[in-house]
Amino acid sequence: MADVAVATHAPAEHAGDDGHGHGASTGISNTKLAMWLFLGSECLLFGGLISTYLLYKNRIAEGSIGPKDVFDIPFTSASSFVLLMSSLTMVLALSAIQRGDERANRVWLLTTAVLGSIFIGGQIYEFTGFYREGLGYTTNIFGSAFYTLTGFHGVHVSIGIIMLMSLFVRSYRGHLHQAQAETVEIIGLYWHFVDVVWIVIFTIVYLIP
Amino acid sequence: MSTVSETHDVSPAASGDAHAGAHDHPSDLKYVKIAIILAVLTAAEVSTYTFDITGGLLVAILIPMMIVKFAIVAGYFMHLKFDSKMFTTMFVAGLTFAVSVYCVLLTIFEFW
Repeated sequence: MADVAVATHAPAEHAGDDGHGHGASTGISNTKLAMWLFLGSECLLFGGLISTYLLYKNRIAEGSIGPKDVFDIPFTSASSFVLLMSSLTMVLALSAIQRGDERANRVWLLTTAVLGSIFIGGQIYEFTGFYREGLGYTTNIFGSAFYTLTGFHGVHVSIGIIMLMSLFVRSYRGHLHQAQAETVEIIGLYWHFVDVVWIVIFTIVYLIP
Repeated sequence: MSTVSETHDVSPAASGDAHAGAHDHPSDLKYVKIAIILAVLTAAEVSTYTFDITGGLLVAILIPMMIVKFAIVAGYFMHLKFDSKMFTTMFVAGLTFAVSVYCVLLTIFEFW
């Protein structure tokens, strides 16, 4: 006689986008591992952009517009605070879906998307102000490096907002349940990553002259 | 004759360490407390602008605060502190590689 135990894993372990499993022999989620690997590679992208900015920010002609002429630290501090708080609302959204509270999950997802949109709105306002002060993309090498770095970050935040709204719509239509908590967690990882990248950009680009 | 038993929930220990700490994630209240700490650190960073601190002292103050904020978000909000060490390895490997490569690049271009 042989006893065979067939085990099915807990939902959170295997909840991929379709609610089916992506577990591996390692016992960890392949999807989550892939996201962490992607985020590790993103460090190289943003590292390159930040290094380029650092190299070029002071290589501007005498009298040409530079960081000190355009940066509005109080305004950027406020938008940084908004993005930081969106990380809190994101983790609260995950916490809600993990305990099966779908309504709270929707509220926090929408709040996160709104906070992200406020940040992007602030960035557009900031860019517009810089342009009016005479700093265009091709004005000087500082402008090119600055707009490329912060623009790339802004695109990442915008993609995050689209993903958050997709989750919100799925949840609203009743297609996002506790079993798909890992989907929220993976998009949350991306969202927190754009936040930590901004923590670095805010300090290195804005606060350190 | 064989007996097949089906178990619907595998304990974290049995299913590997990926979610071994999943149930140990902080409570919502703790997340709020962590966010308050992050807000205070951000306020402290911005105050260096208000107090007009410059030069090496500014860098010595801001860089450690930036690293602490980064570590808090990665550790608590991204759950690296509670999840499998493999996730930490993946992320830290990429981060370390990036920092190393670009420090060398900045040195080559005489940034320091």
